[in-house]
Amino acid sequence: MLKRKESPTDTAFLLTITISLFIVIYILSIIFLGDKGFSKIQMFFNLFNENAALIVIACGLSIVMITGSIDISVGGSTALICTSCIVCLNNYGFNFFTALILALVIGLTFGAVQGFMIAYLEMQPFIVTLAGMFLGRGLVALIEVNQIQVDNPSFELLSGARIQIPFLGDINKRGVFIQSKLEYGVVIAIIVVCVMFWLLRKTNLGRSFYAVGGNSQSALMLGINVKKTRFNAHLLCGLLAGIGGFLYLFHTRSGSVQQATGLEMDAISASIIGGTLLTGGVGNIFGTLFGVLTSGIVLLIVTAIGSQDPWWPQITRAAMLCFFIVLQSIICSRKRK
Amino acid sequence: MQEPLLTMKNIYKSFPGVRALQNVNFTLYEGEIHALMGENGAGKSTLIKVLTGVYPMDGGEIYIKGENRPVHIKSPQDAHKHGISTVYQEITLCPNLTVAENLFIGRNDELLVDWKKNNSRAEGILEELGIPAKPTQQLSNCSIAVQQMVAIARAVDMDCKVLILDEPTSSLDDQEVTKLFLLMRELKSRGVGIIFVTHFLEQMYAICDKITVLRGGELVGEYKVMDLPRVELVAKMMGKELGDLADIHNKAQTDNENTKEVIIETVGLASNSGVKPFDFKAYKGEVTGFAGLLGSGRSECVRAIFGADKVTKGKIKIKGNEVNITSPLKAMKKGIGYLPEDRGRDGIIGDLSVRENIVLALQAMRGFFRPFTKAQAQAFADEYISLLNIKTASADTPVKSLSGGNQQKVILARWLLTHPDYLILDEPTRGIDIGTKVEIQKLVLRLASEGMSVTFISAEIEEMLRTCSRLIVMRDLFVVGELEGDDMTQDKIMYTIAGVNKSE
Repeated sequence: MLKRKESPTDTAFLLTITISLFIVIYILSIIFLGDKGFSKIQMFFNLFNENAALIVIACGLSIVMITGSIDISVGGSTALICTSCIVCLNNYGFNFFTALILALVIGLTFGAVQGFMIAYLEMQPFIVTLAGMFLGRGLVALIEVNQIQVDNPSFELLSGARIQIPFLGDINKRGVFIQSKLEYGVVIAIIVVCVMFWLLRKTNLGRSFYAVGGNSQSALMLGINVKKTRFNAHLLCGLLAGIGGFLYLFHTRSGSVQQATGLEMDAISASIIGGTLLTGGVGNIFGTLFGVLTSGIVLLIVTAIGSQDPWWPQITRAAMLCFFIVLQSIICSRKRK
Repeated sequence: MQEPLLTMKNIYKSFPGVRALQNVNFTLYEGEIHALMGENGAGKSTLIKVLTGVYPMDGGEIYIKGENRPVHIKSPQDAHKHGISTVYQEITLCPNLTVAENLFIGRNDELLVDWKKNNSRAEGILEELGIPAKPTQQLSNCSIAVQQMVAIARAVDMDCKVLILDEPTSSLDDQEVTKLFLLMRELKSRGVGIIFVTHFLEQMYAICDKITVLRGGELVGEYKVMDLPRVELVAKMMGKELGDLADIHNKAQTDNENTKEVIIETVGLASNSGVKPFDFKAYKGEVTGFAGLLGSGRSECVRAIFGADKVTKGKIKIKGNEVNITSPLKAMKKGIGYLPEDRGRDGIIGDLSVRENIVLALQAMRGFFRPFTKAQAQAFADEYISLLNIKTASADTPVKSLSGGNQQKVILARWLLTHPDYLILDEPTRGIDIGTKVEIQKLVLRLASEGMSVTFISAEIEEMLRTCSRLIVMRDLFVVGELEGDDMTQDKIMYTIAGVNKSE
């Protein structure tokens, strides 16, 4: 009676669903919308090209959500990173590397201050990071009210560079073979995903994120430093927001007050679609990657179907989120039983 | 003579206004399973918390074998270092992690987790202790019993010498309890000293070697299990001597047998709180009581009737008609009132005024979209404030500023206002002064004489004997007897609880 068949962990279960969903949607889009470009291999790479920054930022969000917290300041800090890096690149002789360092410093500062307030002063994560979000946008306006562009030849050269993928490509209308291209930012995003996966899976720090998110009181009794773990999660999220913000700049080469509005919500929804529980303790970085890709492809499909109305992508995303939240609550109630 | 594993000497601990422990001694030997027993407020959990460093003690000494000087235990982590581990009723593991992770997480400061090594070590530990779980299984997929065993395995693997099991069996079924006992015997044979805190007499007699009984923060005594029959144990826990009790029984008020109308009847009722199927009848104009030790299922029975716990089996009939009560609101609409045991948590809403608290239940029955006017509510409040003699500055005073006894009266007023046919009072007199106690007892008798059917639950036997005309006796979640009329004596109750038939 006590012996039971081993069932998959919640994390593994949700990950399987996310990946299958992505594959199904992608195959369907190739079958039904192949003539609108979905059968092109470049299309697949564009999914990454467009979403590299979001992937990195969503990884950070997944980590804080696994510990049972939240960070909605990442959109604001991204805008701040873009604008301040552009100002420094254009006017103060910054190059690629010094701009990257500036981005990381901004991200880490946000993470550290917010993490300290949340973990050690036990303030509500939502409120603290809401304040962080406003602060980020406010500082952008303080630095530069207008939209600005990068005017730094060496940075633009790097940003415009593409990796030519060998042997993969598409034949265009004239019958010429064009190799598929990948932005360098994607490489960084993929490295981040792999490192974070390793960190969550194989290190004691990563496992304590899960423990704290699962039951912080128990984690304390098991000898985990809960406050430090929470702080580390926010610090890590800040670091990833720094990298993500920089990738955002690297891709768009522009900055404005309204930039990346709602980016935090995109990251949160990608995390949830990727199988991260808002209540904490469950989630997987590869799930988050697929969450970003799934929202990305759905957006493309909705646009390709020809609907110019701006609400269809939103409604589709609402439906997806709804589906996953229902699924999660089923898992939660099963657990409570 | 063997050296004891753990000695606690002359332990004192007080909280503001309460002396929780006074001059308590406790001794534990290697390979001994030692029960710690006592009623509510006896000081069991305080003693455990002092031992595990949750509370600092005010006086006394703790000795552990192998350490010459008395030890100072400052925190649960510190207790771990001295080889003292606790497994609580509430599982203190992480449900989202695997079994193996729960065994090892937080125990070293290494950067990396070696899953292979952990899983194979976990496999070994689980096998050795006979725990039916796989290391890679997610903990929440295991039954509660297995989760408890994993918690024990963790403690054992951390080289604990003293294992405290704080009511580990409360949420286990019989089979699971047997499994747990097997594990406890295995640990006993390894020389671990186990402190077993439980409410269940049967389980205690099945597994323990010695018993320490506490009452009111004082040590009653330490006994060998063989030397202490159940009746004596019950008497010691309740603080009564057998035989020399004056019969203070107040004669039952309802003698006119033929006019007895059944208000409520349960047939084989059981709920998810673990209470076993029970039959119960409450008559019009009668005060019934549920008696038993703490944790015997007194409150659980009435919670099932009121729909506060989920009913799993059996039926409830009201005046002969079968009803389906799935929530407290439905019970209220059928004319049942329930004054809960824990008024702070289940009853009073401290920030609302006396008036609002009184009108609350009636308002809920009427529906919140048809509010009473202030004048109506004020009239209700005034009526009951004077009827129950509630001492409050005005009906607008927030309830939290009233004394405990008056808060209790406010909740009572709330239920009386709904004019229930059947009123359940679960420990209505706990923690209130003697004068108010008597007032409430008198009120209960008056309500019954006016035709209400009342069920009265109290931890104090005298109080039950004074107010009730029929007593349902419970032990270990079973109804074990029903006493009426002349049978209602303290001795008889204790014998029934202990499961001994004294009549021959």
